[in-house]
Amino acid sequence: MTFFKATVTASAVLLASTALAKTDVTVAMQLEPPHLDPTSAAAGAIDSVLYSNVFEGLTRFGPDGSVNPGLAESWDISEDGLTYTFHLREGVKFHDGTDLDASDVVFSLDRARAEDSANAQKALFAGIASVEAVDPATVKLTLSAPNGSMLFNLAWGDAVIVAPESIETIKQTPIGTGAFKFDNWVQGDKIDLSRNENYWGTPAKLDKATFKFISDPTAAFAAMMAEDIDAFVGYPAPENIPQFEADPRFQVILGNTEGETILGTNNKQPPFDNLKVRKALAHAIDRQAIIDGAMFGLGTPIGSHFAPHNPDYVDLTGNSQYDPELAKKLLAEAGFADGFKTTLKLPPPSYARRGGEIIAAQLRAVGIDAEISNLEWAQWLEQVFRGKDFGLTIVSHTEPFDIGIYARPDYYFQYDNAEFQSLIEDLNVEADGDKRSEMIKKAQNIIAEDYVNAYLFQLAIPTIAKAGLQGMWEDAPTQAVDLTAVGWAD
Amino acid sequence: MKALLFNRNFAIGLLLTAVFVAGALISFVWTPYDTSGVDIANKLKKPLSDGYLLGTDHFGRDILSMIMVGARTSIAVAFVAVGIGIVIGVPLGLAAAASKGSLMDEIIMRSNDLVFAFPSLVIAILITAIFGPSALNAIIAIGIFNVPVFARLTRGAALSLWQRDYILSARVAGKGPARISFEHILPNVTNLLIVQGTIQFSLGILAEAGLSYVGLGAQPPIPSWGRMLAESQTMISFAPHMALLPGLAIVFTVLGLNLMGDGLRDVFDPRIRREKR
Repeated sequence: MTFFKATVTASAVLLASTALAKTDVTVAMQLEPPHLDPTSAAAGAIDSVLYSNVFEGLTRFGPDGSVNPGLAESWDISEDGLTYTFHLREGVKFHDGTDLDASDVVFSLDRARAEDSANAQKALFAGIASVEAVDPATVKLTLSAPNGSMLFNLAWGDAVIVAPESIETIKQTPIGTGAFKFDNWVQGDKIDLSRNENYWGTPAKLDKATFKFISDPTAAFAAMMAEDIDAFVGYPAPENIPQFEADPRFQVILGNTEGETILGTNNKQPPFDNLKVRKALAHAIDRQAIIDGAMFGLGTPIGSHFAPHNPDYVDLTGNSQYDPELAKKLLAEAGFADGFKTTLKLPPPSYARRGGEIIAAQLRAVGIDAEISNLEWAQWLEQVFRGKDFGLTIVSHTEPFDIGIYARPDYYFQYDNAEFQSLIEDLNVEADGDKRSEMIKKAQNIIAEDYVNAYLFQLAIPTIAKAGLQGMWEDAPTQAVDLTAVGWAD
Repeated sequence: MKALLFNRNFAIGLLLTAVFVAGALISFVWTPYDTSGVDIANKLKKPLSDGYLLGTDHFGRDILSMIMVGARTSIAVAFVAVGIGIVIGVPLGLAAAASKGSLMDEIIMRSNDLVFAFPSLVIAILITAIFGPSALNAIIAIGIFNVPVFARLTRGAALSLWQRDYILSARVAGKGPARISFEHILPNVTNLLIVQGTIQFSLGILAEAGLSYVGLGAQPPIPSWGRMLAESQTMISFAPHMALLPGLAIVFTVLGLNLMGDGLRDVFDPRIRREKR
């Protein structure tokens, strides 16, 4: 009798929930993509919307940052590490109905690594000598030198497989192979996706997914409180988090990101070309005050350009302890006993704007007068990133495993160290796990001891969601808001 | 002067304004706490706690000190902006009145109409967006819109004065239009200019707060009321004092200046004075 009752209740609940269960989701983010081609722009917002949802690569990142099979079901790597043979999945169709075959993969990778390619991460494909289609379901990649991170590289949003037929209109109408297909983009407002009924893998639980773009923190708070949106990924006002935590309507997911937030320093601009000055800078800054003041406690201090959740992380924060007296002494030794004037150019995110005010005050305490100017993203890219017209700036580097940027002397902070460059070159061709780990640790040490930039904290990503929403990624191992496993609790 | 002090509006307005001007002046030599540093350990203190009369903001800066220094920014910007309006607008108005009906009159007054036709805050945003945000550009942007206000006012008042007998006698005595304008017309429109000046001054403070609010006024670390409001927005639910206090500072300053302006007009304007009796 008890058993019978339980079954009845259970089925009643089941019935009720199938009738009421929500099958759509509205996810908000702060930044809107400039266009919808992840293979031809650096803007992370493009990947956030499209990665894994609409576009897939040969391999893909899991929620924990692991590299898993994507469109390639399996692969063989030759003894010498120079040939990768990828076996594609069967029955994969693009959203326009055409079949995915090896020629699409060849097209996508050749397009990405071409001389005139607009790909933002061409370095990912640097070691590829040729890409060939062996038969419609097999692709052979030949490398010029062994590359231990090739499978990782192919999982990036910049390496997704696109359809040659749709390439002309990809920036407006992206056609991919993912569990969602693109429906509609209302510029300045939202992007609509809907479930791909012909998906090769586990179909998405949601019928429809909408990405909404809300840049203003106050508006974000209001939209969340009014329940106009179901989730906000990268919620911009950390000061409101305790309020959401106390509210039973919401859940707060605090995740790690690959975002090393640094005080970018122009290594070619005097006086920052002087190691002592850069060292003084690092000692003048109180990281904990920045984390507490700008991020309301969200974030982990870092002492080098490396993510603390990575197994090869070395804690180097002791290298640049907060010590204003030492900073003053170092400045005096460098010939700047009376300090100097410089610029501090800040992009819009609150970690930069608020962190900038705190850093400017801390630098003022040791005699450095950093004049703040607040820039929009476009201006920042123009003046700082491309123009290199800056003394200091604050920015978060959200790409995974990006210590390699320190081997690029033309990168915006202009660090030029031959020893480091050859170390990274060696690392790129090293396949042995232990040796790689050794080299990665050495790399962290070199840039920490050269005080290239002042390393502040690892950015945390707060996601606020309605209580019943399940399956969101907790961490952000890459820029992605993967909705393929997201659904509502019954 | 005695009549002024007996005017209730003027007295209250003067008192309110004096409080803020005094705060701004004192801030040059002393503030309860330093506003250029941050003190994260003491952030978001409630008013009347731990030695902070008005509490602290999200960086642990004392809000009373911030309001005092912010008053300096607001008053300086509004004062210079009104100055620009008077220095450029009044001579233009006098010239237009002196040459009534001529081509010069037309050019001056139609270009004034042109400036008037634009929404002032939008143009101010445009100017600061082109030349970069700073207190100086805010002054220029607000100042430009004070020019037509004073030019029109001066012209209107001067036109009626030009009909007076004593002006006629001055002309008969051989004085030129420029000399008449400055020796006889200007002194007689001063009252009006003072009244309008206080009103424009309060509008200037509002405009400065508006520009700072959208990030186009004085840049950090210079405290400014508008930016204090903007920064407090997301914290209003748990630190309402951060929004309320600079907001009240703006309200009381503007109210004070407006009451003062009303009082001045009551006393100076003969028509109103007669009605009241």
